[in-house]
Amino acid sequence: MLVRVANGAWAGLFGLMSNALEKRSIMLVHLSWGARLGLLGLIVFAGSAIFAPWVAPYGPDEVVGDVWEPISAQFWLGTDQIGRDLLTRLIYGARNTFFVAGAATLLSFFMGSFLGFLAAVRGGIIDQSLSRLNDLMMAIPTLIFALVVLSVLPVNMLTLILVMGVLDSTRVFRLSRAVAVDIAVLDFVEAARLRGEKTLWIIFREILPNALTPLFAEFGLRFAFAVLFLSTLSFLGLGIQPPEADWGSMVKENKDGIVFGIPAALIPAGAIAILTISINLVVDSILSRTTSLKGGRG
Amino acid sequence: MSHSTQVTRDLNRTENTKAAPPLLDVRNLRIGANISFPGEKNHHIVIVDKISFQLQKGHVLGLIGESGAGKSTIGLSAMAYGRGGCEITGGEVFLNGEDILSFNHKSIRQIRGVKVAYVAQSAAAAFNPAHRLGDQVIESALEHGLMSRTEATAFADQLFDKLGLPEPDKFGQRYPHQVSGGQLQRAMTAMALCSKPDLIVFDEPTTALDVTTQIDVLAAIKHAIRETHTAALYITHDLAVVAQISDEIMVLKNGKTVEYGTTEQIINSPQEQYTQSLVTVRSTQKPVTESPDKTPLLRVENISASYDGVNQILSDISLQLHAGQTLSIVGESGSGKSTMARVVTGLLPQQQGKVLFNGTPLPAELKRRDKEQLRRLQMIYQMADVAMNPRQTIDQIIGRPLEFYFGLRGAEKRRKVIELLELIELGEKYIDRYPAELSGGQKQRICIARALAAKPDLIICDEVTSALDPLVAEEILKLLLRLQEQYQVAYLFITHDIATVRAISDTIAVMYQGELVRFGERSQVLSPPYDDYTDLLLSSVPEMELDWLDKVLSSRRMQSAGH
Repeated sequence: MLVRVANGAWAGLFGLMSNALEKRSIMLVHLSWGARLGLLGLIVFAGSAIFAPWVAPYGPDEVVGDVWEPISAQFWLGTDQIGRDLLTRLIYGARNTFFVAGAATLLSFFMGSFLGFLAAVRGGIIDQSLSRLNDLMMAIPTLIFALVVLSVLPVNMLTLILVMGVLDSTRVFRLSRAVAVDIAVLDFVEAARLRGEKTLWIIFREILPNALTPLFAEFGLRFAFAVLFLSTLSFLGLGIQPPEADWGSMVKENKDGIVFGIPAALIPAGAIAILTISINLVVDSILSRTTSLKGGRG
Repeated sequence: MSHSTQVTRDLNRTENTKAAPPLLDVRNLRIGANISFPGEKNHHIVIVDKISFQLQKGHVLGLIGESGAGKSTIGLSAMAYGRGGCEITGGEVFLNGEDILSFNHKSIRQIRGVKVAYVAQSAAAAFNPAHRLGDQVIESALEHGLMSRTEATAFADQLFDKLGLPEPDKFGQRYPHQVSGGQLQRAMTAMALCSKPDLIVFDEPTTALDVTTQIDVLAAIKHAIRETHTAALYITHDLAVVAQISDEIMVLKNGKTVEYGTTEQIINSPQEQYTQSLVTVRSTQKPVTESPDKTPLLRVENISASYDGVNQILSDISLQLHAGQTLSIVGESGSGKSTMARVVTGLLPQQQGKVLFNGTPLPAELKRRDKEQLRRLQMIYQMADVAMNPRQTIDQIIGRPLEFYFGLRGAEKRRKVIELLELIELGEKYIDRYPAELSGGQKQRICIARALAAKPDLIICDEVTSALDPLVAEEILKLLLRLQEQYQVAYLFITHDIATVRAISDTIAVMYQGELVRFGERSQVLSPPYDDYTDLLLSSVPEMELDWLDKVLSSRRMQSAGH
C-alpha cells in the first residue's frame, strides 16, 4: 500500500502519472500470493492507524485495568505496565511508526536520489565532492551518529524525521548514483545532452523513469529499516517520547515484564516483525517484476 | 515456393546417386519454443519448419538469412541442441546414419565436441579469460580421451600454423586478452578442429570483425577445412561471404527454406524473388552532383584530439562538407572515425584546430554552444535501441525537439509529430507506442524523425545501418537519400561498409589509425591509383563472385595489420 502510495507520489511529482497508473494496474493483477498477503498486512496496519480513534477500544492514555493483565475478552492483547490497553496503544502507536518512518524514508529518497542522480549526470568535481561527503557520513556508525545528534537537539518529531532521513539518504545516494551512472552513458542521454537539455531535465525525464524499479525495491527495504531504526531509538529513549508511543518504545516500556514471564513486550515486537515481513513480500514481488531497461509498458 | 522444392528434390536426387551416404542428413526438421509474457498464457511458436538438407563429407553448406530466420537454431540442431527454451519438436537429424535426436543425454555428449564442433560468433565471449588459449583449444580432445596431452598440443600447434597465426608454437601460451579479435576467432576454429570432428558449425564467425580482418579469417577457415576435409555448416547473413566458402547454399526466411541449391546457382541464377533481392542488394546509387563553389557547411581544420591527453586519437585532420551533400568517413575500428563525430558534436573538445559551421567557428565545448548551433547539427546513432529512452512514447521522443527548439505544444505539436511519422513512412498509428514495441528498422526511422524534427542543416550518422539486416538497411539508406533531396540536409556518414559509401556519398574520407589517408570526391577516391590502405580496404569488401577470395588474396599489396 505505502509503496504504491509512494509510487504515486513520485510519479505525480514528476509528471509521470499516466505511466505509473498504467504500471500499477498491471502490477495489481499479477501480484503473487506472497505479495497479496503482504499487501493485506500493510492495508490492515495502515487502515487501523488512520482510523485509530474509531477502531481502538479505549483511549490511548487511559488506564483501564490492572498492571500486565493477561489476554482476555475485555483486553484482547492484555494491558501494559501501568494498565493501559495494549491493543489501543498498538493501534495509536502505528500512527507514529508509520508517519515518522514513512516521512523519514521519503525524505531520504528525495534527497539521496536527487543528489545521486546529480552526481552521476554532472560528474567531475560535483560527483567527487558529493561522493566523498557521503563516504564521510557513512564512515560514522549510523546509530552512534543519531544518538549524538539527538542528544544535542531537542527531541521532537521533526528533528527525528530530519535526522533519520538525512542519515538514511547516504544509502540511497550510493544506490541511485550507481544506477544513474549506468544509465547516463547510454546514447539517449547523450542525445539529450546534444539537444542542449538542462541537467534537471536529464535527471527527471531521462534517468528517473529508468531508475524507478530499483528505487522502488530499495524504498520498501529502507522503510522497513526506518521502522526498525525508529524502534531502536525509542527503545534507547531518544525516539518518540512518552506518553506518546510507537512500537519500539512499547517494547521498551514492557521489557521488564519478560523477567516475570509476561509476554506484553513480545506483542509490539511481533507487530514490527509482521510489518517488516509484509513490506518485504510486496517489495520482492516488485523486484521480480523488474522490467529494467527493456522498457515498454511492463 | 514450389519451385524451390523442385530444386531441392533435384539436388537430393543428384546427391543420392553418389555412393557415399551423407554425413549429415536433416529431414523435415521442426523447432519450436514456448514463450510466455507476464500475464499471458504460454504459447507455442514454431521457429523452424520443414527444413531438409544433406551434407556430404568435406562439403560446406551455407545457411543464410536475416536475423530471426532460424539459421543458428538449425545449425545447433546438428548437435541436437536447443538454445534458450527451443525444442526440437519434429523431424530427424541423421549424423553418419544415426538419428541423433533419439539419443539420450550421455550419447549426445559423446558426439558434441567429438563428431560435431561449434564456432561461435563472439570468440571474445566464448573463451574463458582465466585460462591459456592452448589449454582451451585441446580441452575437448583431452576430455573425450582422443589424444594424449603431448599429441594434442602438437596437433594444436599444427592447426595454429595452418590457420596462419603468429608464432604457432608459442601461441597456445597466451591468454585470450593478449591476442586480437581476428586471432581469437581463428583460435576458436582451431579449438573446433582439434578433436578432428566430421562437422563444424560456424555461427557468423566473421560478423564481428573488421572488413580487413574478416578476409584473413575467412581465408584461414577456408584453408583449414579444405586441408582437414571437414564438413561445415556456415551460418551468416552476408551472402557475399558465404559464396566464397560454401559448396551449397540454403536461403532461409522466417524459419522456412526459400531456396536451396549449389552456390553457383544461387549467386548466378537465383530463382526466388527473395534470393534475387539478396543478390542484388545495394541497388541504391546517389547521382553524381557538382560540388558547389561557396562556403562549405562544415569545415574541419587541422583537428587533433585525444581522450587522455597522451594518446593521440586524431592528428591533423582537415575536411569539408557542402550543404545538401554527403561526406562519408570510412575506416576500420580504431581508426578514429567516431571520435571525429564526437569532436564535431562538441562531446570531445579538440586539442588543436577549428570546426567551422557555415564559416563561423563552433565553440569546442558542448556547454558553450547555443541552442541554434545545437539545433542545426543533429545525430543518429548505430544502436537505435539505446538511442531512445525506453520509457518514453514515440510521441514524446519526436515531440521533444519540436517543443525544445520551436516551442510547439499540444495539438500543434502532435500534428507535426504525425507529419514526421508519415515522412518516415510509419504513420499515425505508431505515435503512442514505446520503442520496445518497434522492430530494429522502425526504431532507426524514429531516430531519423527525431533528428529531422530539429530542421537541422547537418545530420551525423554514426554507423546507422550496421546493426540492421541488409534489406532493412537498404530501405533506411533510401529514406535518408529521399530526405536529403527533399530538405537539402547534409550528412556526415560514418561507416566501415564500403558498399554503403559507394551508394550514398558525394565526398569520401578514408581514415587509418587517426590519420586522413585519402579525401576527395567519390569518383576520385574510389578510382585508381590507390594508396596501399585504400587498396586493402576496397579489396577486402566481399563481392558476389564465386572466386573473389582467391583472386583478392593473390593480388593485394598490403597485408592487413595482423588483427
